[in-house]
Amino acid sequence: MILQFFWIFGVIAMGSALLCITRKNPIASALWLVVTLFSIAALFVLLDAQFLAVLQVLVYAGAIMVLFLFVIMLLNLGRPGPSDIKGPLGIGVAVVLGAALLFLLQPLTRTTLPSAITLPPGSVPLLQEHQGIVGSVAYPLFGAYLIPFEIASVLLLAAIVGAVVLAKRKL
Amino acid sequence: MLLGPALGISAVLFTLGVFGVLLRRNAIVIFMCVELMLNAVNLTFVALAQNLGVGGQVFVFFVMAVAAAEAAVGLAIILAVYRHKQSVSLQNMNLLKDG
Amino acid sequence: MTGSFVDFIWLAPALALLGFVVNATIAFVRPNAKTLVSVMGAGVLLVAFGVALAVFSAFLGLHAEAPVVFRYWSWIPVGTLQIDVAFQVDQLSLVMLLVVTGVGSLIHLFSIGYMKDDPGYARYFAYLNLFVFFMLVLVLGASFPVMFVGWEGVGLCSYLLIGFWYGDAANANAGRKAFIMNRIGDFGFMVAMFMIFWATGSLDFGTVFEHAPTALIPGGAAVTIITLFLFLGCTGKSAQIPLYTWLPDAMAGPTPVSALIHAATMVTAGVYLVARCNLLFAMAPISSEVVAGVGALTALFAATIALKQWDIKKVLAYSTISQLGYMFLAVGTGAITGGIFHLATHAFFKALLFLGSGSVIFAMHRAYHHTHSHEDAQDMRNMGGLSRYMPWTTTVMWIATLAIAGIPPLAGFFSKDEILAAAHARGDVQPAWLVFWGFGLVAALLTAFYMTRLMLYTFYGPNRTGEKEQAHLHEAPWIMTGPLLVLAVLSAAGGLLNVPELFHGGARLQHWLEPITRASATLIPEVHPSASSEWLLVGIAVATAMIGIVGAWRLLKPEGLVPARSAPHERGFARVLLHKWYVDEIYDALFVRPLVWFSRVVLWQEIDQRIVDAAGVNGAARGARALGWANRWLQTGQVGTYVAVFVVGVLLVLWRALG
Repeated sequence: MILQFFWIFGVIAMGSALLCITRKNPIASALWLVVTLFSIAALFVLLDAQFLAVLQVLVYAGAIMVLFLFVIMLLNLGRPGPSDIKGPLGIGVAVVLGAALLFLLQPLTRTTLPSAITLPPGSVPLLQEHQGIVGSVAYPLFGAYLIPFEIASVLLLAAIVGAVVLAKRKL
Repeated sequence: MLLGPALGISAVLFTLGVFGVLLRRNAIVIFMCVELMLNAVNLTFVALAQNLGVGGQVFVFFVMAVAAAEAAVGLAIILAVYRHKQSVSLQNMNLLKDG
Repeated sequence: MTGSFVDFIWLAPALALLGFVVNATIAFVRPNAKTLVSVMGAGVLLVAFGVALAVFSAFLGLHAEAPVVFRYWSWIPVGTLQIDVAFQVDQLSLVMLLVVTGVGSLIHLFSIGYMKDDPGYARYFAYLNLFVFFMLVLVLGASFPVMFVGWEGVGLCSYLLIGFWYGDAANANAGRKAFIMNRIGDFGFMVAMFMIFWATGSLDFGTVFEHAPTALIPGGAAVTIITLFLFLGCTGKSAQIPLYTWLPDAMAGPTPVSALIHAATMVTAGVYLVARCNLLFAMAPISSEVVAGVGALTALFAATIALKQWDIKKVLAYSTISQLGYMFLAVGTGAITGGIFHLATHAFFKALLFLGSGSVIFAMHRAYHHTHSHEDAQDMRNMGGLSRYMPWTTTVMWIATLAIAGIPPLAGFFSKDEILAAAHARGDVQPAWLVFWGFGLVAALLTAFYMTRLMLYTFYGPNRTGEKEQAHLHEAPWIMTGPLLVLAVLSAAGGLLNVPELFHGGARLQHWLEPITRASATLIPEVHPSASSEWLLVGIAVATAMIGIVGAWRLLKPEGLVPARSAPHERGFARVLLHKWYVDEIYDALFVRPLVWFSRVVLWQEIDQRIVDAAGVNGAARGARALGWANRWLQTGQVGTYVAVFVVGVLLVLWRALG
């Protein structure tokens, strides 16, 4: 059952991504990307990362994409205008390189992880039973990964300041 | 069990992101494709977290944080460039050429 | 350090070098200061001759058995090779030293008068002094490389002096021809040097000759090749077959130069080299035979050409080549004393002949100058009857002619006779030498003949110079005639240096040079000709000379000569002789033309222009430009292009990582 759902949402994700990158209207692209993000959130749920799924919807789809839409509206790019897709040469190069990349990444999908480091199946849900869904992410986050966490907060601060400075009309 | 398909979907999403970056001229749309690439990577992390430990999920957390920061700053830059060039087309962002 | 005057041997070359420096400076700064140049130029030579005499007498007092070597500084220390700047004072180098400085001083004095009106006066003496410096380095050098420095240096000065009047292209060409032909010989010298070092581990004369008997197999391939290459150098420097054609052309230089360089000193350097290396040549009988054979053949060959030359200096040039052939015949036979003896006597009478002809040419020039005529002052067909106007010159020239013909008791008789006797004596053991003796004898006959012809056409018979010119023909100034007299005395009395035992003489030169020839004497076949056969040979030689002189006097008719301008062209065999057996033309066709063609067509047009220029230099430029053009497409300034290249890079990394 899970596998079927997984494939349904996977196809939706891939399809909406394809549509995202081929739309002429930037707003359409943004909205299709939102669909993609939602599908990925669904995939997260199926992969026992429920907390992350919620985060995905809240942060990615909710904040980042909204920001994108704000900027698009701000710059008045929503109107139909000349297409910004590249000409035949560009399409050709893109197709060739994209195909090459897919060809190279393809074998990775069949990797078998060495048994020395794999955890027994079902260990993550087990962990979630013990520590709770949020707790299973929170405990490592504030435990082993505390320093990266603090650094990430500084990073966000820097980003805020930077964004404000860059977007000002007059420095 | 889900690892193979997950990695496959992730590879396709990543490739579509690259394809989009190479295909489009609008800076904002290109940015969106970069976000798509990041999401593909997130999916990979979460898929592997099932077999290798919950650290993968923690890492996705960080990726999301960085993506947010990056989106904010990047869009601010695009705004600044738009003010100069009155356009977000990549063709016009060629200040490195001919001084 | 010997504690005697021998220590001051360095003064002789140093004085010559000083003369060069001062005269060269004068040539640049005040070319008209002729008196100062005369004093410096001739003065240093006279003082050098004094030094040579003092060193000689001091050396006599030393009773040294081994050569005295003075090492001044270390020149090339490389690995096992140690070459020092060093001079060697021994019996052989002293003989050469005295000849060079003595005859050289006389020629310098003569030059003061001869070159009086030449604008390049200071330059002339500068070159002449430089030549003497290098010649002294050559004869005093204690090792092959030092000698080679002198060898090359005299070649350079020869070039400078042959082309002294370089305004005329023909003179410059003659200088160039001399230098290039010498170079071919120098290649031989250098190869021999390399082989000597390889065989004996040293290049100092003392060490080489000490180790040679053990390091080289007598009669073996190595020593034969070494000596043959040395002889190649000699054929170049001393104008033997096949590298002799530069010497007649060298007559383009001033006559005193021809006397000094191309008669008395430089061309004898080859003879000196063979004499110095007499041990090596004695160890290589094949090479010795080649040396003697080439010498004998050259003697005869050059004499035939001299028979039909009309230019007075050309006759003397071929005569020099012929006499040098005699010297090589001597040293090839192992008669080192004979070779050196003839070297010395030849220096006396050949210098006298050249300077005498210089007086004649000087008078002819002056006569033509007064009448603004452009006739050739050196052509004998324009001369005739000059004994009326130049009695002193005529007399000394006769003394020299009799000397060179080998009439006793003049110097040439003793030296030439010694050579022919040695050749004939060796003929008892090795028959080839009888042929060489025969060549020498015929050459002697021809020598007497052409020298008498020269005297006859120049000094006797009716005068063909012209009515108006005759008033201006007279003797040269005493500064020029004086040295002629000194040389005449030497040509007459020089034989006293080495009167053989046959005539109850002391054979002084032979005893003097004994330490030099001792080592090789054991390797040369012993010959003991009887006294009667020796007297017979003397008789044959003198008779031959007399026949030559009398024959020329009777057969040749100076009255039948016409001035050069209207002289008829030679025909038949005479023409072949006049054109020097067409050797120059043969060399031109065989060597010069193919080389010039090769240089122009292959090396210049093909290789230099097509390959190096077009493909190499311009090709590199074009390649760089093409690369730049190709790279331009990477730097468009377009972000999209950069992204694409970026992705390509990522793909490459992925491919290698996942490969």
